[in-house]
Amino acid sequence: MLNFMLRRLAQSAATLFVMSLLVFTGVYAIGNPVDILINPQADQAEIAQTIAQLGLDKPLWQQYWIFLKGAFSGDLGKSFAASIPAIELIFERMPATLELAFTAMLIAIVFGIPLGLLAGLKPDSWIGRSIMAGSILGFSLPTFWVGLMLIMVFSVQLGWLPTTGRGATVDVFGIPVSFLTWDGIRHLILPATNLALFQLALLIRLVRAGTREAMLQDYVRYARAKGVSERDVVRVHVLRNILIPVVTVVGLELGSLIAFAVVTETVFAWPGMGKLLIDSINVLDRPVIVAYLLVIVFLFILINLLVDLLYTALDPRVRLKGAR
Amino acid sequence: MNAVMLPKRELSPGREFASGFARDRIALGALWVLCALLIATLIAPWISPQNPYDLAQLDILDAKLAPGAKAAAGYTYWLGTDDQGRDMVSAILYGLRISLGVGVLSTVAALGLGLVIGLVSARAGGWVDALIMRIVDLQLSFPAILVALILLALAGQGVDKIIIALVVVQWAYYARTVRGAALVELKKEYVDAAICAGYSGTRILYRHVLPNVLPPLIVVATVQVAHAIALEATLSFLGLGMPITSPSLGLLIANGYTHLLSGKYWISFFPGIALLVTIVAINLVGDQLRDVLNPRLK
Repeated sequence: MLNFMLRRLAQSAATLFVMSLLVFTGVYAIGNPVDILINPQADQAEIAQTIAQLGLDKPLWQQYWIFLKGAFSGDLGKSFAASIPAIELIFERMPATLELAFTAMLIAIVFGIPLGLLAGLKPDSWIGRSIMAGSILGFSLPTFWVGLMLIMVFSVQLGWLPTTGRGATVDVFGIPVSFLTWDGIRHLILPATNLALFQLALLIRLVRAGTREAMLQDYVRYARAKGVSERDVVRVHVLRNILIPVVTVVGLELGSLIAFAVVTETVFAWPGMGKLLIDSINVLDRPVIVAYLLVIVFLFILINLLVDLLYTALDPRVRLKGAR
Repeated sequence: MNAVMLPKRELSPGREFASGFARDRIALGALWVLCALLIATLIAPWISPQNPYDLAQLDILDAKLAPGAKAAAGYTYWLGTDDQGRDMVSAILYGLRISLGVGVLSTVAALGLGLVIGLVSARAGGWVDALIMRIVDLQLSFPAILVALILLALAGQGVDKIIIALVVVQWAYYARTVRGAALVELKKEYVDAAICAGYSGTRILYRHVLPNVLPPLIVVATVQVAHAIALEATLSFLGLGMPITSPSLGLLIANGYTHLLSGKYWISFFPGIALLVTIVAINLVGDQLRDVLNPRLK
């Protein structure tokens, strides 16, 4: 187990290294870093000072070293637009994105598992078929367009929910959250539902396939022969066996949710990291873009690592394969 | 069922495939819809009421008219007009053209690139293979939209750049699939026979192995076209995709976003429906193709 963990950690470190190299190449080698990292409105003295500070007059490998040191100490340059360190700006917006992503995941799980079970237990009934048809639709609908339609129906036509923004927040341990106020929840419903739809469709398919497979297994037949009630067969034998893939997918898809939050946040003007990225791209606030890239890459590698470790803990077969 | 009574070998492979495909009425309907869309986009300049990008044909007084309104020029705006007085039917036909074009082009390019890289990887083996597959793993561990966002954020927008971005997010998947299939094929007897016949490795790879790994890949590619179209629309909506001079469906939807809040839904709604119908039709046709061609389901 320890062996596996160490190897997996080394792998993550290697990925991080490669990604930092890629981002560095993208910023420093392809474009002119002076254009990318220095405010176009800066005067001559400021430009000279920044070039010296970033070491842009040094050879490329030394620049990479300076870039790495900057990245590790959290100094990725100042935002042109806000004049505060880019990384601070990102961290300021991160809770909003994480709140949105976790709420969406919760919605997907709460609706996806029961619907998938239902579709898997009665695959040929009309309800099973309609659930699957809905899931195909969920895969095909472009997220941003669904978001627009949600706003159109629930905000503009019906006037039930607010169109954009985050609403009132409450500080919990210094982090602003919106799910504790009624206004915040009202603002959260539409974007979270929008973001959840794709994951919901995915979970339904996954749970349905797992259920259909599990129902054919010998242990289910045996449990029935033993006289276990149908409810307990599903609860104890089927559900428990499909939970391992579900946990893995939920974990891996968390990263995907954070990536797709860029779209939902833009549609609903949700003040998270994704909206910040798009805004920064539009005003060419490049230090923020670079900082976002590094933070998101780090987040992804972290999530993949955690999911792998969790998976190992849940399924001993992986552990054995790793030790061999 | 007549097909059951007929002995199977009396049908030619093409006929058998066609009857297999037609068995699912929904998929058949989707195929018709898809054909109609393709034809409509090909002949768009002749069937659309106006050229939506010829400013001389636009009348600003007709801006933001509701669906069904009459144009000053005499015809009806069946789906309304946008803020420039552009007929939405025409804009959608032209937009669909761009969306489909970008989707198909990028998928074909990604397929070609992935095919070559996958075959090279399978044939070379050793550290080349390991290196290529690590790159593939690395890329596939990030969602497509994120990779595309990163690329476009660093490279800027443009038709060429979005096609490159769509190729970059898709090639890895093909490369991995081709490599796996090619490794299986390379162990088969006909390859041994070709080696004995004295053919060169490259010739065997492209003349013998390639035709055998290609068909399942084309099926995957059909569904991938839908993904590419959706991704392009999303990126264009975010303002990172197509430039304003090439208004794909995503850009049309983005354009209507600001008017949506004032109740003028049609500027965003109808391009979205066109996008949805296209994606669902491609997905249904692709799924059915996969089922019919999959020998395990027969």
